[in-house]
Amino acid sequence: MNGSMDNQDVNITVNGRSYKRRIEPRLLLSDFIRHGIGLTGTHVGCENGVCGACTVLLDGLATRSCCTLAVQADGRQVETVESLGRINNLSPLQRGFWEMHGLQCGYCTPGMLMLMTELLRENPNPDRDTIRARLNDNICRCTGYEDIVNSVERAVELMRGESSRP
Amino acid sequence: MAEAGKILSPPAGRQKERSDQRLNVIGTRMLRKEDPRFLIGRGRFIDDITLPNMAHAAVLRSPHAHARIKSINTGAALALPGVVAVITGEDAAKETGPLPCFANPTVEQRCVALGKVRHVGEPVVLVVADNRYIAEDAAALVDVEYELLPAVSDMMDAITSRGDAVLHPERGPDNVAEHRNYSFGPVDQEFAQAAHVIKRRLRWSRSGGQPLETAGSVASFDEGSGKFTIYVNGSMYNYIGLTIATALKVASHQLNIIPVDAGGSFGSKLFLHKVAVLAALGARAAGRPVKYIEDRIDNITACDNHGSDRIYDVELALDAANRMTALRYKVVDDYGAYFQYGLGTHGNGFSQTVGPYKIRAVGAEIYAVFTNKCQQGACRGFGSEVTNFMIERIVDAAVAELNLDPIAFRRDNFIRPEEFPYQIPTGNLYDSGNYPGALDMALQLLDYDGWREKQQLARTQGRYVGIGVASCQEKGVFSATEFWMLNRQPGFALTSSPESASIKIDATGKAVISLHAPCWGNSPETVAAMVLAEQLTMDPADISVTYSDSDHGLPGTGPGGSRYTVMVTGAITGAATIIKEKLKRVASHMLEAGPHDLEFRNGKIGVKGASGLEVSITEVATQAHFFRLSLPDDPDLTSGLDASYTYDHPLATLPKSDSDFGIFYPIMGHMCHMPVVEVDPKTGQVSFLDYVAVHDCGTMINPMTVDGHVRGGTAQGIGTALLEEFRYDKNGQLLNTSFTDYLLPRISNLPPQVRIGHLVTPSPYTEYGVKGAGEGGRMVAPPALISAIEDALRPLGVKIDTVPVTPSRLRALIREAEAKSGRGH
Repeated sequence: MNGSMDNQDVNITVNGRSYKRRIEPRLLLSDFIRHGIGLTGTHVGCENGVCGACTVLLDGLATRSCCTLAVQADGRQVETVESLGRINNLSPLQRGFWEMHGLQCGYCTPGMLMLMTELLRENPNPDRDTIRARLNDNICRCTGYEDIVNSVERAVELMRGESSRP
Repeated sequence: MAEAGKILSPPAGRQKERSDQRLNVIGTRMLRKEDPRFLIGRGRFIDDITLPNMAHAAVLRSPHAHARIKSINTGAALALPGVVAVITGEDAAKETGPLPCFANPTVEQRCVALGKVRHVGEPVVLVVADNRYIAEDAAALVDVEYELLPAVSDMMDAITSRGDAVLHPERGPDNVAEHRNYSFGPVDQEFAQAAHVIKRRLRWSRSGGQPLETAGSVASFDEGSGKFTIYVNGSMYNYIGLTIATALKVASHQLNIIPVDAGGSFGSKLFLHKVAVLAALGARAAGRPVKYIEDRIDNITACDNHGSDRIYDVELALDAANRMTALRYKVVDDYGAYFQYGLGTHGNGFSQTVGPYKIRAVGAEIYAVFTNKCQQGACRGFGSEVTNFMIERIVDAAVAELNLDPIAFRRDNFIRPEEFPYQIPTGNLYDSGNYPGALDMALQLLDYDGWREKQQLARTQGRYVGIGVASCQEKGVFSATEFWMLNRQPGFALTSSPESASIKIDATGKAVISLHAPCWGNSPETVAAMVLAEQLTMDPADISVTYSDSDHGLPGTGPGGSRYTVMVTGAITGAATIIKEKLKRVASHMLEAGPHDLEFRNGKIGVKGASGLEVSITEVATQAHFFRLSLPDDPDLTSGLDASYTYDHPLATLPKSDSDFGIFYPIMGHMCHMPVVEVDPKTGQVSFLDYVAVHDCGTMINPMTVDGHVRGGTAQGIGTALLEEFRYDKNGQLLNTSFTDYLLPRISNLPPQVRIGHLVTPSPYTEYGVKGAGEGGRMVAPPALISAIEDALRPLGVKIDTVPVTPSRLRALIREAEAKSGRGH
């Protein structure tokens, strides 16, 4: 319950920037990111770790931020969708999603992008089955996934041409 | 009475832009204008809205399906530091009226339950606090004493329940919300003369849109002006948003609704009144802006968005030549605890109740019942997806019982391409179509004969491979009559369903389009920009799109019923026509040529036949905005360049009687799906070997986004067929209130590829011949998939009448069939 544990000092690095805050131990990482530091690109869908809309990278690993306490991220590195390319300089992965219609409502998209960022760092040249296997972690309600797979394949092509960064 | 058949003197249309012209932008694969902002995490969804000094609300929900509220003790909750307000049903009733309801007679629903709760999840107390965590803590401290009432969970029990089991005693002595009988054409005569009558009982279970983003609202109340400002991720705020003002007991001009990006809807956010009223109620009580965002449990138990929940007893009459002549059904539909859209979903189904077939007569007996469940809302198809399931299941039953060929039987019964416009027995009109063409395209794309050979081979190897087929209608562009035409007394007999667009071209020649409906995950910005670019020969990059709030909104009905692309195309065309006329008037002075001698070409206005004689739209725009004295002193020639246009339904008529509903849903799309599946009889698992989807939505504005809708809708239809079901137990407890056990399709549940074919049969009534495409996939995949599974299990004689056919249900059917035949797995 509220106040049953003392607030804690944390230092969480998000997208390369350090945030020192005093927070309630029960504060969810998703709420810290969205409302604590105002990075609203990370979305919350199911709130129990099933859909993956809230996926961020925690020390490089795809993590459900809705099921992670912010205090668990103390001293660690968080990467969110805001760390990828910007509006006039989309990353190859974002560009792939745009070109291949990998999104409709855009709500699951940040989680999908972070999940695929993890995959492409591990394996910059995944085959279709590998992409599909990893995509099974997250839910998209709009696309039926096929265009997401095509988007990631397109990103792989773009990465070959431009840089190795997803 | 409406007689089925080709209409010899078709109604005149209002089409200005024909479908057979050469087009430059429409029909291209333009990348979506919406996407870059979503890709960088800069969408503007409801939970992204933050206002200064904003408080947060949580809702305490009923744990019981049916109970009287005896007492509520809010003391401990109010004493918790950080709590701003604790609002019971009695408190709420002082500030708010009933929520909007379009049934007649109405059914009263409150934003916070008053006296009684009628389903698990119904709001009992609204708590406002400094943050959501404290609000939820406080909700847990509220003490509510309930007196349990008998819960009604089974829809058949609902018909016979009496006494304390009646949810709305003021409406009558039982839980029958409506009981109506309809007869279109000579039903009894056709059944009396039938050579064959096929019968089935079918079960379509309750599922829902379940977008990844729940519903929510951020509201503020300005005591100075007495005005509410409400952000909400719903639609229809420029259509019936004023009913929210009524619920808040303010005049309509004392409410401004601001739209936000919606993280998916699939019908579920068609008209979000409850979250908006809750947030506004909290804001007025707290004297601060209040955010209320449903969590997933709130959304699943109480968002008023569950889909149809029906049991059909269907009969199909055929003549000696195996031509379908009449369809008769009794349907019981479990609407849950309230009745917000009345019998609208059955009105909708009457738009295409004979499917693509020449069935001459239809009889329908409809029971709508109340049970202690979340009330129904809209779900992709709005009832017609169930109609399609019913028709295609009884068609497959006829094929199986009469030992017919599923392809030839459909082909022989189709309305022929030369028979349009075609009136169906209910009075609705199908504007155009080519059903044999779609079937042929699907057969060819699939290599149907090749798969039949592979299926034979697989059977000799003991494998259960099946090929499904479903040929279904996708009604597009509703007129509003479906919402009330099944009422005994019409009530508020709404007949408008307009859509508007406003265009401003600034002094530098850039265009801003204002839409009067929200972004819902469809691509309104892309569509609007493409149509305007086509009209003005502009670069779509020079066009931006915004969404007006209700203070500035023109009539707009919003996305729903596969209408938006058709309607916004009409609105943009209308507004562009006004802008073009003015551009030509100004240009004619600049070029010293008559307006009628001018044409638009490559972003310029030029004299026809004189290639060098032209001025750019930018030059004309600068002239129109800034150099008034260079133009003639004509009071009609005002400064600036802007226009608004409201496009009404392109072809609709009033209902004539209970046996002729007139034209109410005429822009008729069509699709033919052919899945190939393999069933593992030991586990009941279904896997996909192939999937072909042919769609005909007339002229496509953007084939890329149409494909996206087809694939996404198909995925949702597969979820409906195999996975998704809100399961209530006999006490009315909802057993699956999270995505852990309400299963949405993952990529592993779906075909690796949906191979899409497009047939283009343009509408003669809409601008450019566009038809709707938003709902089709979900409206055809369930019967196509069940057809394939049944085909796979034909050696075992399994019949499937229920969706979803989960692995355990399928195993039960297989066990039953094996018990009959003495075989076993």
